[in-house]
Amino acid sequence: MQNETADFEVTLRPTTGWLQIELAGIWHYRDLLSLLVWRDFVAKYKQTILGPLWFILQPLLMSVVFTIIFGKVANIPTDGLPPLLFYLCGQLGWNYFSQNFSASSATLVNNAGLFSKVYFPRLVVPLSNVISNLLTFFIQGATFAAFYIFYKYAVHQGSFGVTWHIVFLPLLVLQSALLSLGLGLLMSALTAKYRDLIHLTPLLIQLWMYATPVIIPLSQFPKEWRWVVALNPMTSIVESFRLMLLGTGTVEPLYLVFSILFTLVSLVAGLLLFGKVEKTFVDTV
Amino acid sequence: MSRPAIEVRNVSKVYQLGTIGATSLKEELGRFWDRARGRAQAVKTGEFVALRDVSFDVQPGQVIGIIGRNGAGKSTLLKILSRITQQTRGEITIRGRVGSLLEVGTGFHPDLTGRENVFLNGAILGMSKAEIRAKFDEIVAFAEIEKFIDTPVKRYSSGMYVRLAFAVAAHLEPEILILDEVLAVGDQQFQRKCLGKMQEISTGDGRTILFVSHSMAAIRRLCQKCVVLRNGEATGPLDIEPAIELYTENLTESVYDLDVSQSKRSWGAEARVCRMTRLRVVSSNFLAFGKPFEIEVHLECYRPITKGLLGMAFNTVEGTRILTLDSDVNDRTFDLQPGKYVLRARMENMPLHPGFYNFCISVGGGGHFFDMLDAALWEVKTSDEDRWSDRGAGGCRIEPELCITPESGTAPAVYDSRSA
Repeated sequence: MQNETADFEVTLRPTTGWLQIELAGIWHYRDLLSLLVWRDFVAKYKQTILGPLWFILQPLLMSVVFTIIFGKVANIPTDGLPPLLFYLCGQLGWNYFSQNFSASSATLVNNAGLFSKVYFPRLVVPLSNVISNLLTFFIQGATFAAFYIFYKYAVHQGSFGVTWHIVFLPLLVLQSALLSLGLGLLMSALTAKYRDLIHLTPLLIQLWMYATPVIIPLSQFPKEWRWVVALNPMTSIVESFRLMLLGTGTVEPLYLVFSILFTLVSLVAGLLLFGKVEKTFVDTV
Repeated sequence: MSRPAIEVRNVSKVYQLGTIGATSLKEELGRFWDRARGRAQAVKTGEFVALRDVSFDVQPGQVIGIIGRNGAGKSTLLKILSRITQQTRGEITIRGRVGSLLEVGTGFHPDLTGRENVFLNGAILGMSKAEIRAKFDEIVAFAEIEKFIDTPVKRYSSGMYVRLAFAVAAHLEPEILILDEVLAVGDQQFQRKCLGKMQEISTGDGRTILFVSHSMAAIRRLCQKCVVLRNGEATGPLDIEPAIELYTENLTESVYDLDVSQSKRSWGAEARVCRMTRLRVVSSNFLAFGKPFEIEVHLECYRPITKGLLGMAFNTVEGTRILTLDSDVNDRTFDLQPGKYVLRARMENMPLHPGFYNFCISVGGGGHFFDMLDAALWEVKTSDEDRWSDRGAGGCRIEPELCITPESGTAPAVYDSRSA
């Protein structure tokens, strides 16, 4: 008995510094992670009429609205692509990020009740969001694929097609996940201290989308000003999605490298700040 | 001697008053702005010491009770031990996997079915899916909700909900279990079942348990030793009886004889008619089950009271009224003139089950003159003759007059009627 329990010896000390992430702890709670992923998905749609169909409808309706307002009324070019397909692709890249970001940034505040009653590695919650949103991403990807096939083989509109770059798609998705996780954790740690930031998050996401080439492609900006748009790490990600899936996108190595570095820095910063705040945040709830 | 399962060394927890409750960014920016203009002075905020240099050891297999008044630091200590928050100073070493149960039903999702919630809740408490699957039938049977296991828990009655929640928790099998007041769930019958299960857990396989409760009966029944917390300072582990004595002594320090003239707890539509100045138990200096008791109230009347009545009541700690003693049950009222009176209310037999009760008192009649909720927290103790108070009977327990008549052909029963 003694030998057995000695394996679990833990010493709790007040930590003032920046803490290491408990990977072992997260591994121990992997079943919780998978159950949370499943709960996110099931609970969200249990009492809805259309269920997971909302995942398809939401970006589709948005794309139709964009097509009418920005395509037809404002006449913003779409790199020669069918507007609906162009917007669907942009949203595919953007939505995964924005859903993760908004879920992760609410982690501490939304789960305050739970966190003040039971211990488990807090990171499990935002991680489960990132994974459950992946499922949404796949459903939206399938929607996109359906329209892609429709436009390419039934309508024969424009010349577009998947390029070989698509082999990097998983890496791109991973980057979106890490970026949204990092920024979401930062935001979450801040909202734990400043409650009013919670009202800022949806607004920030909305504005951020317009600052990202979801609607206006990067190619529409004058060359000498593109770097300004590319200061937004999501610019490269959304443009890369288009390059991979539709063959047109403005992806520059420099912007790409910047975006990746930005992702890594925000991930590290997010993990550190979150790790520091989670230790005692229940005291201030 | 094996090494302790839990070693707590000089643990202190300090809360910064002023940062309790989230600040808003606006306040912070305002403060920053003031500072930037050199106008201000860091607002000196106070500190609140919830735990002060707490040290104790718990040996493997021990069941330790933690008792103390509200605000003594029990919850803080449990939160630190279960890693929900962190101590400010000091060190804790824990040898073994910890499962803590500070609330039942943590993380239950209303839209999910009972079955789904068992898995989710189990995982939140640290069980693996395989462990839960192995115990699933046992959990459902314990909760007695077989029929409803595939119904969303939001359609459960509150009783079913807590039964399921407790059942999941009770089947948790860590080496060290931390429990907080979980006995306060379900109806009396289920509480007994919970108590039995916890006894089984604690005696069965040498598990270490820390148990916080206000129920001295449960503490006596389950624990081997007790840590007493007073204003953030810990004493112990002590043996149960000395610990309870220490707790009640400091709990009831003159609690059975209260000067209530300044109390803020009283209210009344016509508070100027009279007021209560003193409230005490005169029969002995405590209350005991099955024993006579007498409560004395000192009243100061400013105006005449006609058709007055004295109303007293005992509430459980959870707030349920469980015993009402009204002086006008048979329409007997009193008239008082301005001046001072002493009222004594006597009962031959304290029917309340041993435990803690909030005592409420009011004087009424032609109006509501005076009303004091939770005037005192009184313990009804077990009396020496009463060997059955841990039967789990709830509320009041009164001996009926029993009459046993043999049917034809049966020998007369022997019944010890003490009336002689």
